[in-house]
Amino acid sequence: MTEEIIIAGFGGQGVLSMGKILAYSGIMQDKEVSWMPSYGPEMRGGTANVTVILSDDRISSPYLKVYDTAIILNQQSMDKFEETVKHGGILIYDPNGISHHPTRKDIKIYQIKGTKLATEMGNKKIFNMVVLGAFLKIKPIVKHENIIKGLKKSLSERYHHLIPLNIEAITMGMNSVTPINNEQYV
Amino acid sequence: MEVLDIIKPEHQVFCKTKLMTDTALSYCPGCGHGTAHNLTMEVVDELGIVEDTIGVAPVGCSVLAYDFMNIDMTQAAHGRAPALATAISRLWPKKYVFTYQGDGDLAAIGTAETIHACNRGENIVIIFVNNGIYGMTGGQMAPTTLPGMKTSTSPYGREIETMGSPLKMTELVANLPGTYYVTRQSVHTHKNVRKAKKAIKKAFENIRLKKGVSFVEIVSNCNSGWKMNPLESNQWMEENMFPYFPLGDIKVAGKLK
Amino acid sequence: MSELRLMKGNEALAEGAIRAGADAYFGYPITPQSEVIEYLMTERPEKRTGMIVLQAESEIAAINMVYGAASTGKKVMTSSSSPGISLKLEGISYLAGAELPAVIVNVVRGGPGLGTIQPSQADYFQSVKGGGHGDYKLYVLAPASVQEMSDFVEDAFDIAFKYRAPVLILSDGLIGQMMEKVMLKDQKERLTDKEIIKRYDRWAVTGKTNRKRNIITSLDLESEKMEARVHRLMKKYEQMEKEDLRFEKIECDDAEYLFVAYGSSARISQKAVQLARMKGIKAGLLRPITLFPYPKKVLFELANQVKGILSVELNAGQMVEDVRLAVEHKVPVEHFGRTGGIIHTPEEVLEALEQKIIKNGSIRHHKARASSIL
Repeated sequence: MTEEIIIAGFGGQGVLSMGKILAYSGIMQDKEVSWMPSYGPEMRGGTANVTVILSDDRISSPYLKVYDTAIILNQQSMDKFEETVKHGGILIYDPNGISHHPTRKDIKIYQIKGTKLATEMGNKKIFNMVVLGAFLKIKPIVKHENIIKGLKKSLSERYHHLIPLNIEAITMGMNSVTPINNEQYV
Repeated sequence: MEVLDIIKPEHQVFCKTKLMTDTALSYCPGCGHGTAHNLTMEVVDELGIVEDTIGVAPVGCSVLAYDFMNIDMTQAAHGRAPALATAISRLWPKKYVFTYQGDGDLAAIGTAETIHACNRGENIVIIFVNNGIYGMTGGQMAPTTLPGMKTSTSPYGREIETMGSPLKMTELVANLPGTYYVTRQSVHTHKNVRKAKKAIKKAFENIRLKKGVSFVEIVSNCNSGWKMNPLESNQWMEENMFPYFPLGDIKVAGKLK
Repeated sequence: MSELRLMKGNEALAEGAIRAGADAYFGYPITPQSEVIEYLMTERPEKRTGMIVLQAESEIAAINMVYGAASTGKKVMTSSSSPGISLKLEGISYLAGAELPAVIVNVVRGGPGLGTIQPSQADYFQSVKGGGHGDYKLYVLAPASVQEMSDFVEDAFDIAFKYRAPVLILSDGLIGQMMEKVMLKDQKERLTDKEIIKRYDRWAVTGKTNRKRNIITSLDLESEKMEARVHRLMKKYEQMEKEDLRFEKIECDDAEYLFVAYGSSARISQKAVQLARMKGIKAGLLRPITLFPYPKKVLFELANQVKGILSVELNAGQMVEDVRLAVEHKVPVEHFGRTGGIIHTPEEVLEALEQKIIKNGSIRHHKARASSIL
């Protein structure tokens, strides 16, 4: 198994930490992982993206041109990354702020209303966990128990009281993801 | 008394500084460096700290200080001696770490290292021999060259408008919180030699207190660079250097005088 | 105790230094390696192992602090990124000349000048062809993963003390900034001052006891002495070539085409090998782990087997010169690489192999050979 993922959105949306939690969960499940962020001035207030790879084998390139899954959280990232999804791959996006929705027919497209759901849950910061839940529903590559372990490892101890809230958000994401162009995959 | 009796060790009243090697000094006759070396080594000897002393030699006339001082020494890149001393003293906090630097090394290329070591309050001794010129490279203008003074790179005299004023490094570091003892001395008369030795001794003793940098400037002559004989150069130094670089303590026990 | 963690390359390097029993780190912030000193300042190794960490006033001061610490036999490290390494080069040359052990890390960004903060491998020449002044070389280790960022610190210290010579870890922004799984090694005990004095009494300046005084310097005003020093250095480098060359061969056994790449480019090229083989092209990868010493002999032998070689580097063509020297015109050798902080994708690398080597290589090669014969 090798899963190559790009997560892209605004800086401050928790893109990098979502990737980190996913990567740590992968480690808890004995997988090889890599997490390669875009860094630099673009990170401050602009777009942020991170390539996350989980694999049963030694990972070769941490930097990729095409991905199995793209998780897209703003319009700039949609413009840039829709075309990078491999044929037959998956695109998950939050429709919030998206004016040009994805149009590809050769990939599976899903929506998760992460911003809306997180706001309704009363904590906008758990937005990224809602989105992570959506991904894990479609690609259950890490077991639930390992996600909890991954959360524990990636959050510093003073935030451990927030783990139940994070789990709740992941569950919410799992239950709320909707297929756009191909219902049979959910 | 027979000659053979006279030269017995117990009759000896004066001898070469024990911690100086037998290597002939490479300094020009009349230069103050030899005396400054002697004093430093006498102090290390008298304090009985040779096993715990680590010296840092600079680039400049005193680059070969390690050939003359019979102690463990490392030789720094130009201007960087305070950086070396910082690391050594941090890693060997019980050692007596000192740098021995000239004005080109300490006040030009090494300004940043000097100021920051002083500002951090490193527990080291800095011995700063200021003769207002680059001696080793053949008499070029130094940051401490006096206004109007002729050197090979200020052949018409140092012009303040274009070349700036002589840098009073010692007054500058005295104003930093990390310096504990800052003084300016000279070694051109017996009286001044005795005072300078006292100052150097105090500086080394201060290391035990762990209160920060002890900074000893020694205003010296460069008869070759100034193109004078040694006596003239000492007189010139008194008349011209001392008014600009007045001798005496500037900061004692962490307080400005 | 060894420990599994998800870490950035820069953090793994810093943690690796603590666990390798380093005595001190001196550094100055610069992107993309600031995490090294940030991690160390947060981790407070002086409380864990007694290791000293100091933020210097400049890269120049930092490398000279390294020189001072190394003069006394302590295990000391500094890190920076390209422009900062340029500033350190004088000090590095002094370390080599004065025969001092030290570890220097370059997390390379694009240049020349202030360049870009994005990843690059444009400091290859600087690293293996001297960089600073004078006749010297650095032992250069090129990590290609976060695990190696951590492991190579200890390896680098071992080599530095084996030869009393500075060692460079040549990383880049990609390896420094990415996170991977790392198995951290057990904590190695730092040497005590007494142990250091006992072990390095022959040369380290720790205070003159009954022995002859120790002097650390790179200055020899007598030409014969200086030449002897240079010869002594060259002997060390010969020994490094014999005893401490490191490389990795990936899918080379039946390879008809060869990528040569180090560090992040090796990772990308490894994927290009997979993509090539999916297309039926028998590609392999030679990854030099040490850039000096360089795997010249291995390359020379592989040149008997493959039809062409592509040197893949994040620069405008630097290591390719050494590849060409090693294979002595036996097969076509071309360069491919992006610059300016752009990272080439595995797909681009494969396309370059197809275009530059498989399609055009032999034609260009024969022309080049013909002209070199004339």
